[in-house]
Amino acid sequence: MEAVRFDNVKYSYREEDESFAVNGVTLSIEEGEFVAVLGRNGSGKSTLAKLINVLLTPTEGSVQVFGMDTREEKLTFDIRKNTGMVFQNPDNQTVASVVEDDVAFGPENLGVPREEIGRRIDFALDAVGMQSFRAATPSRLSGGQKQRIAIAGVLAILPKIMILDESTAMLDPQGRREVMEVIRRLNKEQGMTVILITHFMDEALQADRAVVMHRGEVVMDGKPEEIFARSEELETYNLTLPRAAYICKKLRAAGMPVGEAFTAEELAEEICRSLQRA
Amino acid sequence: MLNDVTFGQYYPVRSFVHNMDPRAKIVFVIAYIVAIFLADNFFGLAAVTLFLLVAVFLSRVPLGRVLRSVKMILFLVIFTAVLNLFFYTGESAYEPLLQWWIVSVTWESIVNTIFLAVRLFLLVLGTSLLTLTTTPVSLTDGIESLLKPLTFIKVPVHELALIMSIALRFIPILIDETNRIISAQKARGADFDTGGLIKRAKAMIPVLIPLLVSAFRRAEELGDAMDARCYRGAKGRTKYKKLTFSWRDLLGLLYFGVLIAGVVLLNVYLGSRFAFLAWIFG
Amino acid sequence: MQIVAKGLTYTYDAKSPFASQALRGVDLTIEEGEFFGIIGHTGSGKSTFVQHLNALIRLTGGSLTVGEFDLASKKCDLRALRSKVGMVFQYPEYQLFAETVEKDVAFGLKNFHRELTEEERAAAVREALETVGLDFEAVREQSPFELSGGQKRRVAIAGVIVTKPEVLILDEPAAGLDPLGKKELMDLLHAIHGSWCRTVVIVSHDMDEVAENCTRAAVFEGGRVVMCGAPAELFRRADQLIEMGLDVPTTAHCARILRSRGIDVESDFTCDDFAEKVLELWRAKGGAGRAQ
Repeated sequence: MEAVRFDNVKYSYREEDESFAVNGVTLSIEEGEFVAVLGRNGSGKSTLAKLINVLLTPTEGSVQVFGMDTREEKLTFDIRKNTGMVFQNPDNQTVASVVEDDVAFGPENLGVPREEIGRRIDFALDAVGMQSFRAATPSRLSGGQKQRIAIAGVLAILPKIMILDESTAMLDPQGRREVMEVIRRLNKEQGMTVILITHFMDEALQADRAVVMHRGEVVMDGKPEEIFARSEELETYNLTLPRAAYICKKLRAAGMPVGEAFTAEELAEEICRSLQRA
Repeated sequence: MLNDVTFGQYYPVRSFVHNMDPRAKIVFVIAYIVAIFLADNFFGLAAVTLFLLVAVFLSRVPLGRVLRSVKMILFLVIFTAVLNLFFYTGESAYEPLLQWWIVSVTWESIVNTIFLAVRLFLLVLGTSLLTLTTTPVSLTDGIESLLKPLTFIKVPVHELALIMSIALRFIPILIDETNRIISAQKARGADFDTGGLIKRAKAMIPVLIPLLVSAFRRAEELGDAMDARCYRGAKGRTKYKKLTFSWRDLLGLLYFGVLIAGVVLLNVYLGSRFAFLAWIFG
Repeated sequence: MQIVAKGLTYTYDAKSPFASQALRGVDLTIEEGEFFGIIGHTGSGKSTFVQHLNALIRLTGGSLTVGEFDLASKKCDLRALRSKVGMVFQYPEYQLFAETVEKDVAFGLKNFHRELTEEERAAAVREALETVGLDFEAVREQSPFELSGGQKRRVAIAGVIVTKPEVLILDEPAAGLDPLGKKELMDLLHAIHGSWCRTVVIVSHDMDEVAENCTRAAVFEGGRVVMCGAPAELFRRADQLIEMGLDVPTTAHCARILRSRGIDVESDFTCDDFAEKVLELWRAKGGAGRAQ
């Protein structure tokens, strides 16, 4: 089933001028997909995300979530119930001073009965591996842990789509690994549709599909490996290759017969094979 | 610079008092304050003190920790006591001990001053026992629940409580941020420690503006995050944490009932605070 | 200026029940002219250490000298020290406050060098802004809050280097930037390093960044320096770093796997050098001959 559909969407933050943060995007995301959205800062990635869960509504064109049009005001609540969104700064998303109270916030807003909220907290905290921090204070946790709590807070709404707007940008490598692990599990084990906005190329590699944005437009769309293979094109959009791919490209330029590699493991594999054949 | 600001003074142990319903505790504190003001002689205040000591004992908060809370208002107490001592204008049955211009010290003013100071101390000690044994969060919950009837006269109780709890939640973050900005501006040569009041106030501008900008930025993101989590006000909302009134609270109710009755009886049988003066001076 | 720390210890909230020892005897020497990296977990003591360098945290145990400044001495002139040791905090753009870019950048200058005339000050601000790659005339009257994220960070850095510190310390200078932004920022730091900030110290989580930019780096763990050396030496001990739960550069990770397969690639762990060394191996095996 189609989860999200953009039809020639334009969005401008200022009504008077013609500078569109999102400029004519047509895009379809299937349920269960894991899509990474890449692009430089200011390329329109975050605007795209906010258009999905009705934090913004399109200036032109239409956005549909499970067939529901975001411009219809009476559907806003239903759309948001289905689209959870995690933001960049883990400090700015929690409302309560106790972890379980914060996770309860979403279900409380939905009017979920008490016993059910308890079950949802269990489910959400288990899913992010934070059950033992149930009674903790968010401000005492590490960045990665805080962000996992934020994800749990969204999961407790039981959304079908999870949007992460640069949610790993402020974390240290440890925290990034924790969060990416959680996201990958949600997608693989629970079939959650994931839209991951990021500028870490290695994170994009974990997705099924990557979309590159440039000046408000979708300029590339395909499997991450296919996208990174088109390195010249990437450069025109001011994106850099993952380091392994960069080394690979250099080796090939010097005539060494290596295949595509995007991670250190793949690169080692390719070098090994090539050296053995030489 | 702000490291010594510990927010709230919650003392984290498990105890009879800690486990009470926050609503009950708020009601008890009100009953306690009523008792203090009902008491019209030193025996009444002694009874209140005794009740407080028992409560402190049950709370397992060290007495010293409770007494420390008085430090903050010591100046206030001394100030009001001095005013009271010199400017007491009640009727005096005895010769003034000292009289000069509009200032006079009488036996009554001495008694009254001591009485007032004891009352103030008891007031502060009792209310700090509340904040020492109740987290800010459950205090907010308790207040929200107690004020619920006001929603009928269109007071946005839920919103006010939410604002309060969000404020509580952001205080540690903003303190951290303030420290960081202070350090950053110090590294650029800002001087916060010398000069007069005006110079110091001006020196805070490079701290306050970034702090304000950041608070707005955070508020905006928090607003989006709350919207994304389907927040739409009190309408149709449920609550996960339900406050429950237990046997502890019932005992507490009994306890404070006895206190107020006792204080009233002491008033009736032993007379006002000045009664003993007549007894001493014949 | 040479930085020498010996047996540095520090405890937060020393007298409270929340006391936590952040530094447990740090011995570290950073030579003049280095582009030094400091790596370690969150909470390993690295931030506490760097804040000692310009006395934002006062010395309580051990000894520390920065050039001619002895930070253990009560007579140490903090103003003079701070004008020589610049410090850029994480997300420095959040510390901008003045109504124009020019005024914000001039803030440190006004604090440290009151003797300067209006013209001298404007000239210094111009130089700092141009060094960070901004057009002085175009931005001087602008409000710093109207600039883009990347520009704001540059203005914030200009506000620190405007006093021409000899040592520049940056905490995660590239945090939150996209890959190209990171690269541009590192290029900028090298440009500053080449002009008046003789010594640059960066705190970083990004090991690729450290491998590609630093002359030497120190690894902090549990309030101590557990390893110190050039990236080439440091990342050869990748196993140890991984054991500590730290990342290693892509190249080091790759070299590690290759070594387990019996292939030794001796490189300094920059991407270009690594590729070069792999090619050498390949050519030595006669690979190039067949390909040509």
